[in-house]
Amino acid sequence: MAKQHVNTTINGDPVEFLCEPDQTVLDVLRDVLGLTGSKEGCGTGDCGACSVIVDGRLSCGCLMLGAEAEGREITTVEGIAEGDKLHPVQQRILEEGALQCAFCTPGFVVAAKALIDQNPDPTETEARYWLAGNLCRCTGYDKIIRAVMNAAADVRGEAA
Amino acid sequence: MTYEDGKLKVVGTRPIRPDGVDKVTGRANFGADHSMPGMLWGRILRSPHAHARITGIDVSKAEALPGVKAVVTGADMAESSGSADAGESAINLRDLSRNVLAHDKVLYDGHAIAAIAATSDKIAREALKLIDVGYEVLPHVMDVDEAMKPDAPLLHDDMFTEGIEPTPETSSNIAKKMVIGFGDVDDGFAKADVIIERTLKTAPVHQGYIEPHACVATISEDGQAVVWCSSQGQFVIRDLCSQLLGMEAADVRVIPAEIGGGFGGKTTVYLEPVALMLSQKSSRPVKMTMTRGEVFRATGPTSASSMDVKIGATRDGRITAASAEFRFQAGAFPGSPVGAACMASFAPYDLENVSITGYDVVTNGPKVAAYRAPGAPQGAYAVETVVDELAEALNMDPVDFRALNGAREGTKAPYGATFKVVGNLECLEATKDHPHYKSNLGPDQGRGVASGFWFNIGGQSAATVAINPDGTVSVVEGNPDIGGSRASMAMMAAEVFGVAVEKVRPMIADTASIAHNDVTGGSRVTFATGMAVVQASEDAVEQLKKRAAKMWDVEVEDVVWQDGAAHTATKDAPLTLADIAAQAGRTGGPITGNASINARGAGPAFTTHICDVEVDRETGAVEILRYTAIQDAGKAIHPSFVEGQMQGGVAQGVGWALNEEYIYSTDGNMENPGFLDYRMPVASDLPMIDTVVIEVPNPSHPFGVRGVGEAPIVPPLAAVANAVYDAVGVRMTELPISPPRLLAAIDAYKAAAE
Ligand code: FES
Ligand code: FES
Repeated sequence: MAKQHVNTTINGDPVEFLCEPDQTVLDVLRDVLGLTGSKEGCGTGDCGACSVIVDGRLSCGCLMLGAEAEGREITTVEGIAEGDKLHPVQQRILEEGALQCAFCTPGFVVAAKALIDQNPDPTETEARYWLAGNLCRCTGYDKIIRAVMNAAADVRGEAA
Repeated sequence: MTYEDGKLKVVGTRPIRPDGVDKVTGRANFGADHSMPGMLWGRILRSPHAHARITGIDVSKAEALPGVKAVVTGADMAESSGSADAGESAINLRDLSRNVLAHDKVLYDGHAIAAIAATSDKIAREALKLIDVGYEVLPHVMDVDEAMKPDAPLLHDDMFTEGIEPTPETSSNIAKKMVIGFGDVDDGFAKADVIIERTLKTAPVHQGYIEPHACVATISEDGQAVVWCSSQGQFVIRDLCSQLLGMEAADVRVIPAEIGGGFGGKTTVYLEPVALMLSQKSSRPVKMTMTRGEVFRATGPTSASSMDVKIGATRDGRITAASAEFRFQAGAFPGSPVGAACMASFAPYDLENVSITGYDVVTNGPKVAAYRAPGAPQGAYAVETVVDELAEALNMDPVDFRALNGAREGTKAPYGATFKVVGNLECLEATKDHPHYKSNLGPDQGRGVASGFWFNIGGQSAATVAINPDGTVSVVEGNPDIGGSRASMAMMAAEVFGVAVEKVRPMIADTASIAHNDVTGGSRVTFATGMAVVQASEDAVEQLKKRAAKMWDVEVEDVVWQDGAAHTATKDAPLTLADIAAQAGRTGGPITGNASINARGAGPAFTTHICDVEVDRETGAVEILRYTAIQDAGKAIHPSFVEGQMQGGVAQGVGWALNEEYIYSTDGNMENPGFLDYRMPVASDLPMIDTVVIEVPNPSHPFGVRGVGEAPIVPPLAAVANAVYDAVGVRMTELPISPPRLLAAIDAYKAAAE
């Protein structure tokens, strides 16, 4: 089958690409566009390492076809910081030491930003359930949850 | 140099890790993130059978598919023999080569048979379907106890049990028998007032690193190769590839990518030699990645186990004898961690009479790989369950019982070593004093405690330090950073130089850029590589003092190094690191420091965990309500990463206890090779995990480091099981304690009570 021609927006920039009909958004980001920040841990929607925000909704890059990106706005981990200013989620993850191997980190950064965008005052339980689609095998989640709660407080303008 | 605890400026603080920003922004390059121009994509054909003889492989149709550039099978591999030193353990090269690509038999579902490199991943996958393999399916065996029976299907006709005198004349699946211990257990049990004896089983579980194995390999026409991959040690990858493929070590350069978790499972090769073979045949770079299904089916889980443990004690709580038999499933080739299980499981106790037997048994599963404190969690599950039951039978508090019989300085461990300074009793005391241990429980809630031990190792490490002209410091070492080790290396160097940690930049070099380093494993890196970094830094400080002496025209003996500068009595103004560095060209050239060591004196780690659970009697679901891990780290260089290791070990142990297991069909196919059905703990499954870091310094390390990474996975299996018992009164002697299994046990308990 012929490759598909897709026009989309990634991290605020217009992007045009060709992809195979069965390539996922994750494949396109990583193998076509060279945006390797999004990771593949499973390819089946079970680990969250490929988390991206599509038109404001948290999605698994591995579960969406590249062709479906047409006309949408996609945010990847590469687009979370503003210029040289890290997003509070990124900053708090660093401060808490909430990353070990850090393979899951891009997915958590994206998923946690999506959470705080939608609910800047989550309870710990809400944060845990929101992030239940993101697997981390290294940290036991403790420091990640603390970082996310502190980042939400930063976004609200409160001292954590 | 000596470093006094109260005077440390950097060690013990919590700076942001030097590689952190790259890791929260997506810049960091992991195994699958590297690509090359002209690169091909490699894929592997895997066995659909648990056990079969290969009667023929026809690759002609696959080779004819447009875009296919190379096909390799086991027949393309040179015959290997002997063993390779992997630092933590020896690797049998003949077995390894047969695991990388099957030669004449497939021994498990997922066993690699052939590989293809093509111009796209899609073509490579298409081509796999065109390979024709003839199989003669053989009977298979999965369960370790079944595999030990004389009439069990045999995996290897030429395997005769080692460790039995005389060597048996008939082959079997028992690769090895080992016996350790001392004293007279019969006599000891005769003196006991209470004896508890139990048989317990655990299922195979996977390390579960989120990053699948991945690499890019290229060989040029003159035979020089480069491999980019994520692993726990670029040197072991280089050595195994070069030995399997008959190449010289210097011709294989392995460049370490960031590693997305390993836990022991990335200390060996799977894809790398195959990618090199494909690159050689195609004269193109080849990229290979595994799917999650391949990771589950074909890379190292850890052993399922079947264990008998017997412990006797007097009425006043003294253990008089302990014995155990551990039967560990090795998977398709010998090499289960049963030896470590034998050595570690009773180590928290001061025993007079102990006897432990271990069996390493092959079965039709993937060849097991190291998993965090290999062998110890299974063994501790058995021992700590029996200890809990014994304490209850004696009407003693389980922590008091452990402390009364606890290993301490001077205790002879079952494996023969006599402990020097260890923190076991300190951990138990902190457990007893912890508010968690004194808190109240509600209905259907229970509390369990368990202890754990891990040896920790030292081993070979090399480090170099370069002083840059502006006074900043570059530290070069050779151990992949899985959990923040760059931070601890930079911090230890900064402490030695007396500069801010931001002035020190650590980097992890490829195999051509630094001397050999053993793998990142055995909880060795902060201890051994840390020691190399400290010594290399001290070496550089000596150079700095010499240069300062030259600049001042004084004797070097009159120069002291303090707070990042050289001082001498006759000069008021010190010479800072930057002052000396700026003049290096005039005082003898660049300033460096080096250390190459085989670190001795690793300090064992002891730990005790407290776990509270609530059991849902309707569903059999177990909720972890509260968890506290107490561990002797010797000295925490960066406390956040020490706590993180402890919390992560707990989470893995909870998964092992409650949910994780390989499930096989009657045909021997893995039925749950994905994260949906092989369920690892997620954020909503766990509470915050409290940590108490005890610091009983290891006298062999300049800062007292013991190593922390592995011990925290040892106690959780038993801590959870003991808590479940406390909640509902049933002893769970088989893991995982999955809801259906627990529900059945509760029902049986109820029925028996009625
Ligand atoms: S790679 Fe998409 S969820 Fe795992
Ligand atoms: S930090 Fe390794 S998987 Fe989360």
